[in-house]
Amino acid sequence: MQNKMAVRAGISQKLLKMAEQDPNIVIVTSDARGSASVEKFFEFFPDRSIEVGIAEQTAVGVAAGLSLCGKKVFVFGPACFYSARSLEQVKNDVAYSGANVKIIAVSGGVSYGPLGSTHHALHDIAVYRAIPNIAVILPSDANQGAAVVEELLRIDKPAYVRVGRNPVPFVYDREENSFHFGKANILREGKDLAIFATGEVVWHALEASKILESIGIKSTVVDIPCIKPLDEDLIIQIARLTQKVLTVEEHSVYGGLGEAICSVLCRNYPVPTEIIAIADEYPITGKQLEVYFHYNLDFKGIVEKAQKFMRRIKFGKIHTRD
Amino acid sequence: MSKLQIKAMEIRKKLLSMIYQAKTGHTGGSLSCVDILVSLYYGVMRINPKDPRWADRDRFIMSKGHSVEAYYAILADLGFFGEAELETYCKYGSRLTGHPTTKVPGVEVNTGALGHGLAVGVGIALAEKMSRKDYKVYVLMGDGELDEGSVWEAAQTASHYSLCNLIGIVDRNKLQISGPTEEIMKLENLEAKWSTFGWKVLHVDGHNIEQLISVFKSLPISRNMPHLVIAHTTKGKGISFAENKKEWHHHVPNDDEFNKAIAELDQKMQELKNYAK
Repeated sequence: MQNKMAVRAGISQKLLKMAEQDPNIVIVTSDARGSASVEKFFEFFPDRSIEVGIAEQTAVGVAAGLSLCGKKVFVFGPACFYSARSLEQVKNDVAYSGANVKIIAVSGGVSYGPLGSTHHALHDIAVYRAIPNIAVILPSDANQGAAVVEELLRIDKPAYVRVGRNPVPFVYDREENSFHFGKANILREGKDLAIFATGEVVWHALEASKILESIGIKSTVVDIPCIKPLDEDLIIQIARLTQKVLTVEEHSVYGGLGEAICSVLCRNYPVPTEIIAIADEYPITGKQLEVYFHYNLDFKGIVEKAQKFMRRIKFGKIHTRD
Repeated sequence: MSKLQIKAMEIRKKLLSMIYQAKTGHTGGSLSCVDILVSLYYGVMRINPKDPRWADRDRFIMSKGHSVEAYYAILADLGFFGEAELETYCKYGSRLTGHPTTKVPGVEVNTGALGHGLAVGVGIALAEKMSRKDYKVYVLMGDGELDEGSVWEAAQTASHYSLCNLIGIVDRNKLQISGPTEEIMKLENLEAKWSTFGWKVLHVDGHNIEQLISVFKSLPISRNMPHLVIAHTTKGKGISFAENKKEWHHHVPNDDEFNKAIAELDQKMQELKNYAK
């Protein structure tokens, strides 16, 4: 197995396979077939590939119409546009209507890197969390991305799936059991600290956990691909075990995974929690990994933040349960 | 034909009662599109109120969702749901919300935010082509709604895919909430705009049921273009003191206005009945 692969490639390859068996699978895109890696779908299934041009609102509306006639529709396009420009269509035509439409939002977070803030999607989890009746999913690698496609085809409901653009290391060595709707996955176990992560920073969380172990901090790493619905039971269970929680996400510090977890813990089992995310600002120019570095989202940054967090707890700077 | 004209008067009375009882609603736009809806639902469309999700039915999308009272009144009259339920319109816990929702049998799409219906109609028409069905898709838009850029995105897409079974209808009453369309945001020349976007454009008197039915039944005229029917209407049509008044966009009649309006509609209905005899 190659050691890196773009999640969007995992998704599109899987969909191509599934479309051979299921004639109701249709894709819609807005002049994004290259960036979404769906050229092959257009080639193999031209009658089931709808191009609407640079018109994201229409893409979502058309997808809703197709789904009302029994089609299983996947809309492919950049996350920055499908979390803002066509959001009203997603809310009304898809989520409110319960249309069987999956938005595959590619190049999410800061994966467009130096192209700048117009092309970043760092608010998408926040806005989609607040829209009823649509799942929010961030696969962490190409295997899980493929598993998400298979699982979503079984579920006749709307979903927003955010993936990145660049090849990323594998977290899972196979598709099987890498994704179950509404469930989080424990990747490593340790009782000193819990690290909850989502999307492409999960690999960094795993690497950070290994380094932390070498300096005596044993951590539990949980991959949370499904932010809505959220696996609340598992989050509470792990917080009970570790008493300290760190969250990691390629998203604004506001409204994302960190705040979702804080909400669960505050209501059920409050423990000290630290959020590693992008500050409330338009990020620094740089490639995806450089931006990760700047905001402590890479494994080294996570280690550093974890150590600081543990020290602050140790010296009584953060109030703990006892 | 006078039977359907009488029906349109009945629907006007019903929708006015709904608004009067609920103390909320969109009177002007509902009245302006009643004859279009009556023509489609009683004279043109292939539907089955006993089986609202029948796969081969014609589809109607109320893209100008605020004219919901006329829509609900007609669906109830056809038996999609019980007439008595109209009294719950906009009341606590009712499924009859102030913009169309698919919780109501017969409603195809949730609408209310303008500029959404045409793209959904394009999707339905594309699905029809893929599945080799032969139903028609009707999308009723307000003229003010055409200010929304998303309408034109969808118009372009419909023509790109040569969706001849997609029929857009514009309720051209020339008023939007703040005033005349040509003052708020100039729309003309509408025919030229839609033609340039690749649509076959037709004009019709939007209150002449006979003409409406005959135009709708003549479609598709073109085998490779979507069709746009510009229905020339009067906002508030049927109530003399509400016609062409922008305030009646969502004015709720008071007791006096309600009684006068009902009396006017009753009188028109009687005239039509006498004429029919």
